[in-house]
Amino acid sequence: MNKNIIELFGVSKKFENYQALQETTISIKHGEFITLLGPSGCGKTTLLRLISGFDKPDTGKIFIDGRDVTDLPPEKRHLNMVFQSYALFPHMTVYDNVAFGLRCKKVSETEIQKRVTNVLRMVKLEALHDRKPSQLSGGQQQRVAIARAVVNEPIVLLLDEPLSALDYNLRKSMQLELKQLQRRLGITFIFVTHDQEEALSMSDRVAIMNEGYIEQLGTPKDVYEEPASLYVADFIGEANIFTTEILETYDNKLVIEIEGKRIALNNKKDFEVKQKVHIIMRPEDITVWGENEITPEESKNMLPGTVEQVIYKGSTVDLIVRLPSEKKILAAEFFNEDDEKLDYHTTEKVWIDWIPGWEVILPYEEKI
Amino acid sequence: MKKKSSFFKILSINIVWLWLGIFALIPITLTFVTSFLTQDPNAIVKFALTLSNYWELFNHAYVSILIQSITLAGTCTVICLIIGYPFAFTIARSKSKHSSLLLLLVVIPFWTSSLIRTYAIMAILKAKGILNAMLLAMGLIDQPLQILYSYLAVLIGCVYDLLPFMILPLYANIEKFNEEYLEAAQDLGANWLTTFIKVVIPLTMPGIIAGSVLVFLPAMTMFYIPVLLGGAKNLLVGNLVEYQFLTANNWPLGTAISVVISLLMGAMIAVYWYNSKEKDREELA
Repeated sequence: MNKNIIELFGVSKKFENYQALQETTISIKHGEFITLLGPSGCGKTTLLRLISGFDKPDTGKIFIDGRDVTDLPPEKRHLNMVFQSYALFPHMTVYDNVAFGLRCKKVSETEIQKRVTNVLRMVKLEALHDRKPSQLSGGQQQRVAIARAVVNEPIVLLLDEPLSALDYNLRKSMQLELKQLQRRLGITFIFVTHDQEEALSMSDRVAIMNEGYIEQLGTPKDVYEEPASLYVADFIGEANIFTTEILETYDNKLVIEIEGKRIALNNKKDFEVKQKVHIIMRPEDITVWGENEITPEESKNMLPGTVEQVIYKGSTVDLIVRLPSEKKILAAEFFNEDDEKLDYHTTEKVWIDWIPGWEVILPYEEKI
Repeated sequence: MKKKSSFFKILSINIVWLWLGIFALIPITLTFVTSFLTQDPNAIVKFALTLSNYWELFNHAYVSILIQSITLAGTCTVICLIIGYPFAFTIARSKSKHSSLLLLLVVIPFWTSSLIRTYAIMAILKAKGILNAMLLAMGLIDQPLQILYSYLAVLIGCVYDLLPFMILPLYANIEKFNEEYLEAAQDLGANWLTTFIKVVIPLTMPGIIAGSVLVFLPAMTMFYIPVLLGGAKNLLVGNLVEYQFLTANNWPLGTAISVVISLLMGAMIAVYWYNSKEKDREELA
């Protein structure tokens, strides 16, 4: 688990005049489920294709299992890819598709039969082995594509947005299946997606990419709770962002002003006075109080607001609250035993606060 | 409104039927009927039913002409495929603005009569033609090659004339070919030869068959190319039909030969049709 299976040093790629990947250095551990996450054009697929060998990097070195593979073609890299469109050979049966890689490696037919049957059993497609891809549903085709790759026993499996063609429910169940498969095989999965929920729920680590850079690499919890940049905070989940200036600092505290209220927060990153910062709060960390729930004393440390919109979501109620400065924030309230009354209505006056210390403070960035 | 549109629908369909009836069904029927009539030196035909025209086809000379024609058409098809496949592949894989220009270059020769182009080939191949002049000037040969009026010249003419019929359906097919299949094959460890044989050829088979049919069928019945380039030494089925009609004045035999060729070709298309899948048939239709 601790051994690095893939190492990239200063790898970059340019297509014509477009820098698809800036110089990137990343290590991927053996047996890890790592996700490359970002919007289209962020360089995640480029990074995957450089690892797979379909594209050659302009600079840098790529090591797989300690071996320099920078100049090796894909077929010599001991890894396999699941393509976005699956790329199943339409003229071959499921069995022949899965056996293709083994036949190319001149494995004996008896061995092929054993391994193909095993892997088809694993993805629950034994019964459909003589069907053509066109006779299968999307989810079944997806499983054939995975079977065709893993039957070669790669040390790393690359998956290029493999679930994006499936509908919501099927995608959910395939996410679970993929995760289980990865645990069972014990091999490294490098998974590319633009769906942040998918990334968070499946990965051991997530690399969030933007404009050819890896903005942050960390566990799903890290990137969600401790985003390293405004971009990450905004891309992963919903975020309320206040931009302000530090008024004073003392004993690991810093004081800022939001909506005319002076608020003291923990100074975890040694911010200095006069420095401009962004305060980021997740909707679920914000608590909304009705006017009669709060005493005037308590309201000193809270922000006043007006409910602008109530969005009922089943397990939560999302509120859009307008602050006196016209800034709108999103708060997600959970139904729980302490607070059964969640029937907010629009134009209702409320007070908001948040759990101290759960906010994230980032240095000021020009783009927002 | 609805009435009007259905009127035009009926009218246009009937025009098509009328057209097919006058220019396809009637001539085919006449040909078919004539093939069962008797030759008459004084008139076109004598109205006496007979099967003798068909019996005569089993004559050794006619059978060997048929075999020779099939061989030539087959060779021509194979050569067109060997030249046309990489050609079509390159066009289909090049950038879109280049590919339309390349495609135009393939089509341009159609704007000139095929007969005139055949004369142009004569000018290139003849003893004092462009090809020999070039080869002599380059010092590759001492005396002019005798290419014109040979089997080779006929073959060159057929390939040149029919190559676009191979390239166009191949292009249409290869253009739809998803490049991810190539990457998938490579990813699974296939070298380029395996990829080509196991993936590219099977997936472009409809285009290969459509192109081959479109080359093979005309190649069987080309009559002016053997006459002009082969010096009438290489008698083919097409020439035989022409000879029966224009020189021997034996229309019944000429039509009988035509019927047999049509049936042969029809049988080939039928074999392809029943072995092909529904979606691949568009290529031919």
